[in-house]
Amino acid sequence: MARIETEVGKPQGGFMKWIDDRFPFTKTMEHHVTKYYAAKNFNWWYIFGVLAFVVLAIQLITGIFLTMNYKPSATEAFASVEYIMRDVEWGWLIRYMHSTGASFFFVVVYLHMFRAMLYGSYKKPRELIWIIGMLIFFVLMAEAFAGYLLPWGQMSYWGAQVIISLFGAIPVIGDGLVEYIKGDYAISDITLNRFFALHVIVLPLALIGLVFVHIVALHEVGSNNPDGIEIKDNKGPDGVPVDGIAFHPYHTSKDLVGIIVFLMIFSAVVFFAPEMGGFFLEHANFEKANVTATPEHIAPVWYFTPYYAILRAVPDKFWGFVLFAISVVLPLFLPWLDRSRVRSIRYRGWMYKTALTTFVITFLMLLWLGLQPAEGLYVLLARIFTVLYFAFFLLMPYYTAKDKTKPLPDRVVYHG
Amino acid sequence: MDRFTKLAGLVVLGACFATSPASAAGGKSPLADPSGIDLDNVASLQRGAANYMNYCSGCHSAEYVRFSTIGKMLELSDEQLIDNLMFNADKTFETINAAMPHADAERWFGQAPPDLSLMARSKGADHIYNFLRGYYVDPDSPTGVDNVVLAGTSMPHVLWELQGFQKANFEQHENEDGSVTMEFEGFEMLSAGSMDAEAYDEFVRDTTNFLAFIAEPVRQDRRKIGVWVLIFLLFFLVIAAQLKKEIWKDVK
Amino acid sequence: MTEDDLDRNRRHFLSVAAAATGVVGAAAVAIPFISSLKPSARAQALGAPVEVPLGSIQPGEMVRVVWRGKLVFVLRRTEEMLERLPSVVDDLRDPDSTEFADHQPDYAANETRSVKPEYLVVEGSCTHLGCAPLEDFEVRPAEGWEGGFFCPCHGSKFDLAGRVYKGVPAPSNLRVPPHRFVRDDLILIGQDTGAA
Repeated sequence: MARIETEVGKPQGGFMKWIDDRFPFTKTMEHHVTKYYAAKNFNWWYIFGVLAFVVLAIQLITGIFLTMNYKPSATEAFASVEYIMRDVEWGWLIRYMHSTGASFFFVVVYLHMFRAMLYGSYKKPRELIWIIGMLIFFVLMAEAFAGYLLPWGQMSYWGAQVIISLFGAIPVIGDGLVEYIKGDYAISDITLNRFFALHVIVLPLALIGLVFVHIVALHEVGSNNPDGIEIKDNKGPDGVPVDGIAFHPYHTSKDLVGIIVFLMIFSAVVFFAPEMGGFFLEHANFEKANVTATPEHIAPVWYFTPYYAILRAVPDKFWGFVLFAISVVLPLFLPWLDRSRVRSIRYRGWMYKTALTTFVITFLMLLWLGLQPAEGLYVLLARIFTVLYFAFFLLMPYYTAKDKTKPLPDRVVYHG
Repeated sequence: MDRFTKLAGLVVLGACFATSPASAAGGKSPLADPSGIDLDNVASLQRGAANYMNYCSGCHSAEYVRFSTIGKMLELSDEQLIDNLMFNADKTFETINAAMPHADAERWFGQAPPDLSLMARSKGADHIYNFLRGYYVDPDSPTGVDNVVLAGTSMPHVLWELQGFQKANFEQHENEDGSVTMEFEGFEMLSAGSMDAEAYDEFVRDTTNFLAFIAEPVRQDRRKIGVWVLIFLLFFLVIAAQLKKEIWKDVK
Repeated sequence: MTEDDLDRNRRHFLSVAAAATGVVGAAAVAIPFISSLKPSARAQALGAPVEVPLGSIQPGEMVRVVWRGKLVFVLRRTEEMLERLPSVVDDLRDPDSTEFADHQPDYAANETRSVKPEYLVVEGSCTHLGCAPLEDFEVRPAEGWEGGFFCPCHGSKFDLAGRVYKGVPAPSNLRVPPHRFVRDDLILIGQDTGAA
């Protein structure tokens, strides 16, 4: 044995060395985990990226188990969901985790995006991370929309009907496009079947791929921090940023705390309020899709309503659609709309602080208005907040350039 | 954390959880008493199950509900199920079918009576409770009755023997724009049934309770499991917080 | 011990405690997911016992029924068939059904492998690789065939009590499913006496 080993020059490092000679395992781990240095002054706003990852994992795993019992057909879909809820052992838990996960995905992603706006994480050199993130958000919207049709309840059906009809607003090709998306003259078994394929294969694959690229890009540039200064500009003699600490064990031990708190909130909803008062599971969706009767009041699920409110605020079908589409895409351009010299809100002036606060209120108001019937005062309010929504983005180059900023510190602010 | 982010965080988190879907429940009904059901009250659920099988199951199915589930949750043996509840089924694992064929139902009522498995989840328990108490005599209706909760319902007053017949009083209200609406004022008993008002409400409450139960049989269990899940996570949180504190001693 | 040592011990303890709690939590979460793959309430309902009326089965005739998606043979044996059973014992691998206790309920672990000698109830699934054996009740002394079951896939042979012959691929006798006589002319397959 010993002779053979020396002959073939067996390495001394054992199993890990054997692996590392063939696959960059240790190198990858170091680059992304044990020697990935992120600023030590992260606050809890920085938990939402990790949480989005956790929710993605929950959705993928519960989704796999749901597909084992779900039937993507117009005659069987609704019954198969109830079959999961009642006949499959623990099926109710898996289904509630998935339905709650869908809403929490958006809660977490919206807060993650807000964090980027607070600390200017999209600014140079992190523009690409932001763009990839926005692409993730678009795919996530498509994923959620396709998934919402699958239970084949009244809201699934009529919600999809309304949203797909939106594309009819596009001149010339609109009507054809609507039929093409449905694969039929109305939303039918065929539509359900293809939405199922999109929901369980196409979009999840895209999502996983984009998340991978998002993280690779982030780890290339390095994370931003609440002070918005570059920790790489201040390295110690060992080449490690003075204000940076290794992702593991420092950020991981901190993230674990955040993940557990998140899981407590998540579990509280799953076990005690899975319908979340009609927010996460809408009452009308406990009724099977019925082509002959539209429910009294249709609204998309809460995470779409800010954009839906903008759509309804415009009294013209075509322009409503255009504004709706622009409102979704507009944040993509933040890296170039924001002309401020500093990243973090901590060193910005009153203009940006006012603008961002107004934007948060605007977004929440639109979210709420999208859930209300489109009548009277609601329409007026929706119009006011639509204007404010667009003003935030379109006036940004002006007020961010004009805003007085405070001097940046040399080191991150950290009180041990 | 600085003041601004703290404040912004509070606003965002608060808004995420505090707003409620104001109009999700639909329009206001003139009769909107709370149903006062109690899913932990097994005796009430058992009575409700009997009521359901006697008065509802002739026309309404509950196609997702198995008798065995009812037996397990309501502490009934197979014999008790077979003797007391299973009038048109002979195996306990069967689901609750309507005695009346679907096609006949459609011919007689214009539309088949809806399945009741999920009625309490789509319409709410209060809606069912008030609906069953909301019948009044209306000679113009083909069934001789109408309902203040669901005007023009094609369902006859199945429980008339118990409740008797009542008259609904409406008052004319003139709106600002000149249109006239009828507002429901109250009921007036025409002929008494076998139950007084209190006993009838109790009867309807039990039945509603049972419908709420079959809409989600696992509800009470999931809440019990949830408590343990949260206790475990709290324990985990304590350890994780200590570990974080210990490890972060390095960070100066 | 120095303060550093204390810290290191505490850190080690907390790391192990956190990891252990995490493993316990993950295992607890795994249980519902794994259990969800078990036969559901509907599968159990569909897999409920099957009744087989015996009135119309003539002596020497066999009927096929399906219980839990599995083929089950119910053979009404003639006196003559029963008399032939002891004659093949020497050629059988496990004539007394002792080798595989789980292949038949105790009440069928006898020489006729049945509750009543007249009625044989066996699963129509070859114990080799699961093909459905064919019945061949014709006696052909020239070939040394005393009647029984023959598997077309790999040539396994069984006698009129579902007992496997020596020198064939199948390792064991055909399985006898749980069953009981509700009346003299009615068998319930899938349920033993008393059990629900």
